[in-house]
Formats: sequence, C-alpha cells, structure tokens
Amino acid sequence: MLLVRRFEEKARQAFTQAKIKGFCHLYNGQEAVAVGTISVLNDDDAVITAYRDHAHALVRGVDPKACMAELFGKITGCSRGKGGSMHFFGVEKHFYGGHGIVGSQIPLGTGLAYAQKYLGTNRVTLAYMGDGAINQGAVYESMNLAALWKLPVIYIVENNEYSMGTSVARSSAGDPLTKRAGAFDMAAIQANGMDVDDVRAKTFEAVSLARTESQPTLMEIRTYRYFGHSMSDPGHYRSKEEIASRRKTDPIELYKARLIEQKVATEEKLNAIDEEVQAIVQAAYDFAEASPEPEFETVFEDIFTPEDQIPEFRPDPRG
Amino acid sequence: MPTLTYREALNQALSEEMERDDRVMLMGEEVAEYDGAYKVSQGLLKKFGPKRVVDTPISESGFSGLAIGAAMYGLRPVVEFMTWSFSLVAYDQIINNAAQVRYMSGGQLSVPIVFRGSSGGGLQVGATHSHTPENWYANVPGLTVITPAFPDDAKGLLKSAIRSNNPVCFLENEKLYGYKDEVPEGEYLTEIGKARVCREGGDLTIVSNSGSTHRALNAAKQLEAEGISVEVIDLRTVKPLDFATIADSVVKTNRVLIVEENKPFAGWGAQVAYQIQRELFDDLDAPIHRLTSLDVPQPYSGKLEQAILPNEERVIAAVREALA
Repeated sequence: MLLVRRFEEKARQAFTQAKIKGFCHLYNGQEAVAVGTISVLNDDDAVITAYRDHAHALVRGVDPKACMAELFGKITGCSRGKGGSMHFFGVEKHFYGGHGIVGSQIPLGTGLAYAQKYLGTNRVTLAYMGDGAINQGAVYESMNLAALWKLPVIYIVENNEYSMGTSVARSSAGDPLTKRAGAFDMAAIQANGMDVDDVRAKTFEAVSLARTESQPTLMEIRTYRYFGHSMSDPGHYRSKEEIASRRKTDPIELYKARLIEQKVATEEKLNAIDEEVQAIVQAAYDFAEASPEPEFETVFEDIFTPEDQIPEFRPDPRG
Repeated sequence: MPTLTYREALNQALSEEMERDDRVMLMGEEVAEYDGAYKVSQGLLKKFGPKRVVDTPISESGFSGLAIGAAMYGLRPVVEFMTWSFSLVAYDQIINNAAQVRYMSGGQLSVPIVFRGSSGGGLQVGATHSHTPENWYANVPGLTVITPAFPDDAKGLLKSAIRSNNPVCFLENEKLYGYKDEVPEGEYLTEIGKARVCREGGDLTIVSNSGSTHRALNAAKQLEAEGISVEVIDLRTVKPLDFATIADSVVKTNRVLIVEENKPFAGWGAQVAYQIQRELFDDLDAPIHRLTSLDVPQPYSGKLEQAILPNEERVIAAVREALA
C-alpha cells in the first residue's frame, strides 16, 4: 500500500513538473483495494483493469522503474512508451492492462477467464472497473456470459463514489451495486475498501468460488479517491470537508495502527519500511528521468505479431 | 477438382482448421445447434462438440470482447457475426481492443482472431442489414481486411486468416453463399494481400472486390461482344492493398474504373484512385473513374435498391464513359 501511495505522490509531483503528460489518474485512498484483492491470488492468476491502473501493475509485481518510465513516455516503460498512464501492461506478471474505455476491459477479462477454463489451467481472473463502468452495456453482456458459462472471473467494482464528477447517486439506480448481479444468479459480495483485511477476506471467498466451482462473483468494494478524477480535475463537485473527513479513514493509517496494536510491527519498523519504499520510488523517478525517449523507428514496431504459420504479407509500414 | 458453393468452401476451411489446431474454436449467434444462420457452420457442432462450437446470446460487444480476451490468452477464436452490420455493436471491442492492444502493450500481447460473417446489399433487407463495412475497418491500423469473391478464395483465404497471428476482418458476401465453382481439396491456402486478375483485357482495368467483382465480370462479358476488352482485378484483400498488381494492369490498359459497393465518400476506391494518380499519372489516358453505391441509406424496395447498387448496367455505362 505504501509503495502505491508513494509512487502516486511522486507521479503527482512529476505531473506538476510537466514530466508526465496526457491523463494521469491517481489511486490515493484506494490502495487497500488493489493490495487486498491481488494479494489473495496465485502468481499465475490474471488481472485486468481500467485506466486507474498504476496500483494494479505495481501490486502485481511490474517493476516500479518500468511503470514510472511509462508515465514519462520512455522506451524503458512497461509498454515501451506507447501506452501511457492508462495503458500499463505486464503480461509476464499476468497483468493484462490498463484499458482506457470505460467498461471495455470487462469483456476482455471475461475472455481471459474463458481461456483459463478452456485450457484447463485452474487459474482465475480479477476484472476491475470503477463505479462508472457499472452502467455500461458491455459489463452486463459479460456478466451474463460469465454466469451462463460458469467462468472463473471476479468482477470488482471499485466504488470510489464518483464517476469523474458524477456521484453514484446521480448515475446509478439501485443501491448497493451488488444488486446488479442478482438478475444473473451471480454471487455478490461487498467489502470495505478502506480496510485491507476485510478486502482480503471477501476476495478470498470469491477467488475460492471461482477456483473450486468455476463460478463468477460481483464484488463491490467501497472506497474513496483523495485527488481528482485525473490531474486535470479541479474537483468542484465535492467539498473540502468531505475529502478531509474521508481521509480520516485512510487505509494505510488504519492498517498501521492495527499492526502496532497487534504487535506485529513497531512504529520504527513501519517508518523504516516507508523509507525503503521512498527510496524505491525515488530510484524509479531517477530511472525514468535518465531513460532515453523512444527512437522514431519504434513507432512502426509492435503493430503486428510476426507470422509463423503463413507468409508475411504486410508491406513495410514506413512506406 | 470438386465443385463447391462459397458456403461449403468456408465450411471446409473451418472444419479443416479446427481439425488441425485445438485452440481454434467458433463462436457466434446460432452457429451451433441452428447450424448457422447462413449454414456456414453446418455440421461443425456434431463434429467438434459444444466446447469448440459455441452458441452465444445476442451480445456482439460481450462475445467479441470475450473472444479477444481469449485470444490474448492463447486461443485462436473465430467469431461469426450473423451479418457484419451487427458488428457495429462490437465496434469498440474490434477497434480499441483487437486492433490496438498489441501496440499499446508495447508488443506484449497477440490477438490471433478472425471476425467473419456476411455483408453487402441486394437482398432487400433494408438500411440496417446491408452494410459493406470493409472501409471502416480498413481505416484502423492493426486490422487486416479480406473480402473473398470466389469459393476457392473463400476457402484459401479463411484458412490463411485463421493461421494469422493477428486480427482479421473477413467479410463474406451474402449473395455469394450459393455461388459454385471448383475448389481444391485439403491443404489449400490463398496468400493474404494478393489481388487476382480474373480476366485479362487491353482497353481498361476494372478494380473491384466481393460482389462487385461478379458485376464487373458480367459487364465485361457483355462488352466483349462489342469488341471492348476489359481486364478485371479482384482485390481479395482490401488491406493490405496489392497495389503492384493494380499498377501492372494500369500500365498496360492506361484506363481505370473502380467498382465498389460502398457509399462513395472515403470508400477504399478513393484510396486506390489516389495511389494510381500519385504513382502512375503519366500512364493514364483518362481520368480515373469510380462507381459506387449511391450516397443514400439502403432502401427496401427491390427496384430502388437495385438502382442504387453498382449494377451491371451502371458498370457498362461507366466503362463507356471511361473509354469515351
């Protein structure tokens, strides 16, 4: 959680220094969701998410240096500077992106689970979306297919209360959002996204159901984002008081207090971890800064997979 | 050599490729128990079982995206659209995900998938069911677009498409499913990206694809009686475009008519015309002519629909104009 928090703080700083361009959606406040869910998985289970994706990549084990370099648009980035903030990938770590169109990744995640089952892997897929995506048609088409075909997928709605500037109350009929699973006879479960232990426990149930019964689940994890929808969001739709009051339920502070209370760790130990994490993030920043920009020629690379069963048939894209 | 319909040739390609590779599977509306809305998948459920021939609900966006995700994970799905007109519901999945996910991931993912189904007008099914969307997909980097006109190419190109490691849009023509011709048995692959000279001639080159190739060939036959010699080139693959074959013909005939069923604005013919004038300006004896459907939504009335398509009478008139 600290790695995600410190990484996002550094990204925020780099964005204000104009080292990061385009859109940049920060995860601060939501750390317990990515950490609580992904920490339950096996290394070879699949993860796919939307555009607020830095945390999922980091927690899945994608190198923070490659993540920061991607934000800087460098060739050493986790998508070779072609994806940017919204399109992180780390397929070796079973992280399938980083997708920019709201809800569009949910059919893909359903397909990962379909292939996992088809190939008899006994693996599962976590497919994340924001609360805004829950009103996209592709999500319902996917949930129907997953329930119908018994696919090992867990749909995770990270409900941070706002789809950009529109609150859940103004966008989504019916409360809680888990009710949306009912029409498909799909298991549904809610978790407190500010409490990493609760997220872990609930995710464990859903993952077990997927792995042992090959049944999907819809999870709604209630959380809160501290910063704007993206870096270009002035945030007029919610009050400073609201944000301040929600920051009091900070997932990292809550977990720290619990660790100290349960004598799992001391304050000194936690501070040492924080320092270590800050050093990792600083190293990532330095690496990104020092990395070269992509050569122009790379713009023509990575469009097509080389053919190996038929002759290559495409002309040189350089014309 | 056996004579097969275009439909049977497609069926044979699917069956042979599914036999060859367990990762190849077919998914779409009515492909399994109904045996296919146009019977292209007839008998495949019986042969390969419900794991590999999968009926879907009417959810083009959902099942197309699911198949793309499955392709990202190593399967080689063939997705049938009952008609390509319904692919519009899945447009986001095909363009943003199938075509671009490899690029956006810096080359980490492959999407070996074929989207296929019927397309085209002339059957009085109205504006929503008569699209020829090959241009729309050809505009997107990352996609390959194939439009076979003959049974042998239908087989050979579908087999090649299934073996490609990249996303392919394979647009069949609804009016051609019953068209019969000789088709080689067994392992027969047509190279993607190569046009076919269907008929040789010296006075004018027609460049066409899919159903329009048949209109062009019929027109050429009629004009032959008048001593007009027309060469007909069938593109087979719209993208990548085989410009070399077109150029060889234009250098010989010096006159060009492009015939396509698309509506006129920004159809692939406009791209072909651009490349010809850019590369072969000095070889032209007349302006490049282009015949398309008229720029109106597809009408239901048989009389009206025939009038808006690039029908044989319009092709003949256009040839005369180009030779005038």
